[in-house]
Amino acid sequence: MAKEEQDKILDEVTQSDYKYGFVTDIENDDIGRGLSEDVIRMISAKKNEPEFMLEFRLKAYRHWLTMKMPEWAYLKIPEINYQDIIYYSAPKQKAKLESMDDVDPEIRATFDKLGIPLDEQKLLSNVAVDVVMDSSSVKTTFKQALAEKGVIFCSFSDAVQEHPDLIQKYMGTVVPIQDNFFASLNSAVFSDGSFVYIPKGVRCPMELSTYFRINAENTGQFERTLIVCEDDSYVSYLEGCTAPMRDENQLHAAIVEIIVKDNAEVKYSTVQNWYPGNKEGLGGIYNFVTKRGICEGKNAKLMWAQVETGSAVTWKYPSTILKGDGSSSEFYSVAVTNNHQQADTGSKMIHIGNNTKSTIISKGISAGKSSNSYRGLVKVTKNCEGARNFSQCDSLLLGDKCGAHTFPYLEIGNKSAKVEHEATTSKIGEDQIFYCNQRGISTEDAIGLIVNGYAKEVINKMPMEFAVEAQKLLAISLEGSVG
Amino acid sequence: MLSIKNLHVSIDGKEILKGINLEIKPGEVHAIMGPNGAGKSTLASVLAGRDLYEVTEGEIIFQGKNLLDMAPEDRAKEGIFLGFQYPIEIPGVSTVNFMKTAVNEHRKHKGLDPLTASDFLKLMRDKKALVEIDSKLTNRSVNEGFSGGEKKKNEIFQMAMLEPKLAVLDETDSGLDIDALRIVANGVNKLKTAENSTIVITHYQRLLDYIIPDVVHVLFDGRIVKTAGKELALELEEKGYDWIKEENGK
Amino acid sequence: MANIDTINKDFADLFEQGKELLSNGSSDCMNKTREKAFVQFQELGVPTRVNENYKYTNLIPAFDYPYNVNLRYMEVDVDLNDIFQCDVPELDTNMVLLTNGWYYGNNKVLTELPEGVIVCGVQEAAQKYPDIFNAHYGKYAKPEEDGIVALNTALAKDGLFIYVPKGVVIEKPIQVVNLLRSDRDLMATQRNLFVIEENAQAKIIVCDHTLTHHKYLSNSVTEVNVASSAVFDLYTLQNQHLNSVILNSTFIRQDKHSNVLTNTISLYGGTIRNNHHVLLDGEHCENNTYGMYLMDNKQHVDNFTSIDHSKPNCLSNEHFKGVMDGEATAAFAGRIYVRRDAQKTLAYQSNNNLLLSDDAQINTKPQLIIDADDVKCSHGATVGQMDEDALFYLRARGIDEKEARQMLMFAFAHEIIEKIRVEPLKDRIDALVDTRLRGEISKCNTCALACKN
Repeated sequence: MAKEEQDKILDEVTQSDYKYGFVTDIENDDIGRGLSEDVIRMISAKKNEPEFMLEFRLKAYRHWLTMKMPEWAYLKIPEINYQDIIYYSAPKQKAKLESMDDVDPEIRATFDKLGIPLDEQKLLSNVAVDVVMDSSSVKTTFKQALAEKGVIFCSFSDAVQEHPDLIQKYMGTVVPIQDNFFASLNSAVFSDGSFVYIPKGVRCPMELSTYFRINAENTGQFERTLIVCEDDSYVSYLEGCTAPMRDENQLHAAIVEIIVKDNAEVKYSTVQNWYPGNKEGLGGIYNFVTKRGICEGKNAKLMWAQVETGSAVTWKYPSTILKGDGSSSEFYSVAVTNNHQQADTGSKMIHIGNNTKSTIISKGISAGKSSNSYRGLVKVTKNCEGARNFSQCDSLLLGDKCGAHTFPYLEIGNKSAKVEHEATTSKIGEDQIFYCNQRGISTEDAIGLIVNGYAKEVINKMPMEFAVEAQKLLAISLEGSVG
Repeated sequence: MLSIKNLHVSIDGKEILKGINLEIKPGEVHAIMGPNGAGKSTLASVLAGRDLYEVTEGEIIFQGKNLLDMAPEDRAKEGIFLGFQYPIEIPGVSTVNFMKTAVNEHRKHKGLDPLTASDFLKLMRDKKALVEIDSKLTNRSVNEGFSGGEKKKNEIFQMAMLEPKLAVLDETDSGLDIDALRIVANGVNKLKTAENSTIVITHYQRLLDYIIPDVVHVLFDGRIVKTAGKELALELEEKGYDWIKEENGK
Repeated sequence: MANIDTINKDFADLFEQGKELLSNGSSDCMNKTREKAFVQFQELGVPTRVNENYKYTNLIPAFDYPYNVNLRYMEVDVDLNDIFQCDVPELDTNMVLLTNGWYYGNNKVLTELPEGVIVCGVQEAAQKYPDIFNAHYGKYAKPEEDGIVALNTALAKDGLFIYVPKGVVIEKPIQVVNLLRSDRDLMATQRNLFVIEENAQAKIIVCDHTLTHHKYLSNSVTEVNVASSAVFDLYTLQNQHLNSVILNSTFIRQDKHSNVLTNTISLYGGTIRNNHHVLLDGEHCENNTYGMYLMDNKQHVDNFTSIDHSKPNCLSNEHFKGVMDGEATAAFAGRIYVRRDAQKTLAYQSNNNLLLSDDAQINTKPQLIIDADDVKCSHGATVGQMDEDALFYLRARGIDEKEARQMLMFAFAHEIIEKIRVEPLKDRIDALVDTRLRGEISKCNTCALACKN
């Protein structure tokens, strides 16, 4: 095949359009642009929050004012005007939802389009869903079924009203309000999110899932997820994200906190497909997320699995603090960047407890003019005996205008630690494509096959429903290409 | 079936094939022999459409169609199969998935519906038995970690799956021990019909003990310098290639 | 403790007050480069840990000390040639001495050098061979990126100059012995320039030593230009006392088809920071960057390396290994750049560490920064202990545990020593490493090459 034809195919397959870019026409209740203590008080008041919440927010806000937005060597981000963002926007609803019929038909239509059924009867798979649109939770399914097991799965706002003791006890314990610029900002202004509580000895009977959607213009989405797993419990949690196509950049700064106690296990899967901006790099979501879990109890387990295909800029490092003896954590990630997307993602594993284990498998795929960086830290503290880590960070390059960078940090302070890091960078070989061609497989299909094969290790870690979606998403955002 | 006329091919400006003429009829087996660097593998790659090579002159007509106008996958779907000298490893892609995609592309080309999963598995089973390939190989990633012999067997298995009209086997015997060679050759022979043709490219005569050619060509310095019956292969084995070189003044 | 501002200000004062002494005897080329570098130093200052590249090395204690600085050559009261006679069997070298960063005034004439080869002091080279000198001096080091390189460039007066003309092969390695010898605590600045012309070949062995037990801070910068098809080896042996600070920055530029091998072996020292920069500036270059560090006590070593593939079709291999005991700390940063059009690059990097004690610490950051697509790059880093299975295997054959450990440690280190392309030197370093790993400081602790003293 001639070079030009290949380039053409490359362009076609790497430039397929964003499927979820429609805007839903619903009435929103927002508070106007800008940020101040008054705005925070207003958010808190609108949500009818107890005093401790307002204090938490104000403390975070005052700290945030002392901070500067960080700069990164391999991310180019134009200056963000934090006074030009609407910090609270919720779909207007009359009263509290009692049944499915109460959900605004426009919202229901939105989620139907996204392929997320809100109707419990229509749910085929055994997945409970919480849906967060702009900053507010609109519907949580299967709430009743879960409650019978003692599982709490609700919007963060409901949790603040109904379980303030739990919120007060755990919120901000894993990601302190002064943790980083975006964490402080989120702590000041977050409007909703999900809360999960699994009581002692309970295996959550179904997958829990939250879908996040940014809809309104000029809004920032600041949600907060808190998962607490008591001793001997188990939960698998999924989150998915989409946003409409808009020319201006929108800010998403979320926090996820996970607490895993003795012998408990959490699986946290993400399919992130925020609008990445158009082919020229206009618009798209700035995705700055702080995700952190603590394996607090002995033999606690936390697994992160993520497929990241969206956002103009992604900045996230799901991390685990391995505090309990014998606890373990795994991180599996596929990050795809195309066109002008930039991703700086990776994981931190902090080994404190004895005989703790961690695994990091990161697969980056870069195409177009994008830049894809892995940044990670494995730290073994001085008194941590018998820590074990294995990290593998591979990069696959499609086309000659993209970049792949790998920045692992290994800080080892104990001689009994075994830490291994491996990384490779390669391209899809022309000879591989030709081999497929020779068997009658088109170049696009060949690239699809190879990319999915490359990402398989990670996708296999996701729950079935998500794995299928993730695979499709890879095919859409990047059926591949060859340079 | 295949007609090559005055084919000239260059790579990076260096002429490798300097006017090849070749006619192959349905049901025929042609052997192309020649010393290293004569251009044998280049010819195979050009037939399959590898774009590293530039065709500067001449034509290739396959079943009445101009082959040079077609993309590699279209040539494959028209019925050309290349058995690679060095089969490519594709990590992460299972042979099953790889073949399913390929077979269904071929069927689509012929206007047939894709095979159901069970029909496909049955086809795989039959073909595996035919070419005596170990079952576990098809569950692994394409050629990944295969021994040389396993890779070559996998090529013949794929050939069985795709049922080509013209199979071009590029040095399929290289690096094979005698048992593996026998299995590979048997596979090729079993797939033989009165309609399909085979080009066997080889350096040594040994493979031709198992796959009996109708015609033997000697390729030297980019040209076919001798064409005869299968006895030519024996003569080459006996005398080596030096006399060819002498005859051609090199 | 003096803060960093005070340290930086002291240097500014030194520069202003010593201006005349600094420029005196230096060529215009050096002085021009000096002025510019000083401005750069004022912007950068001595790097602190806020600087990502110095995250794991705190230089403030190293600099926070009232050193003496010699801005002119000090006569040496004994003949150093008598002290240093290398007795390594079969290692026949062309030996050159430097004291406290200055070319030693009584160096013997090197009679065995091929015609056209120049070995002399930098100050002398700048005067006598301005055409060669000016074409290369200050062209490869990057004072704009690193405060200590800027500081060196601002204060540099002398060092070693080596010129190997086109097509000339120096068979006998040139052995450079850098001596720190003073009756007072001293900060030394040394600036070297090696020019290896087209198709020439040279091997240089550099040994750093402290002769007296004063506190030393040595800040040296070496620039090397390796022209097309040239072959160049640089072996560095660092063997100082615990009270010394070695800052050693090397900048190597390689032209097409050149082949460079460097091996930096840190046996002993207080604080060692090696900055190793390689620019592959022509196609089909090969670069091999190796290093080893054996650290105990409270020693600290930080190897910071950058291999810059700016042209296609080059190959680089980088491998550093370390054994850490006591309260030693080590850091490794390996950065491989593959620039936009440097297609067909092959770049491999690896860093392996053995931790032997509870108080040792290793921080490693292998990095790949890749902007071309048709490349094969890999890096790996490991931190671990001895292979217990191997240990058991040896013991099962009747080797006692201590000896078995010793053997395995030696085998671990030997992989780096093996890369040395000078046979007698390889044997010598094997022996040195063996004694070092047995916890004995080599008897000849002032000279890694066991010279008489």
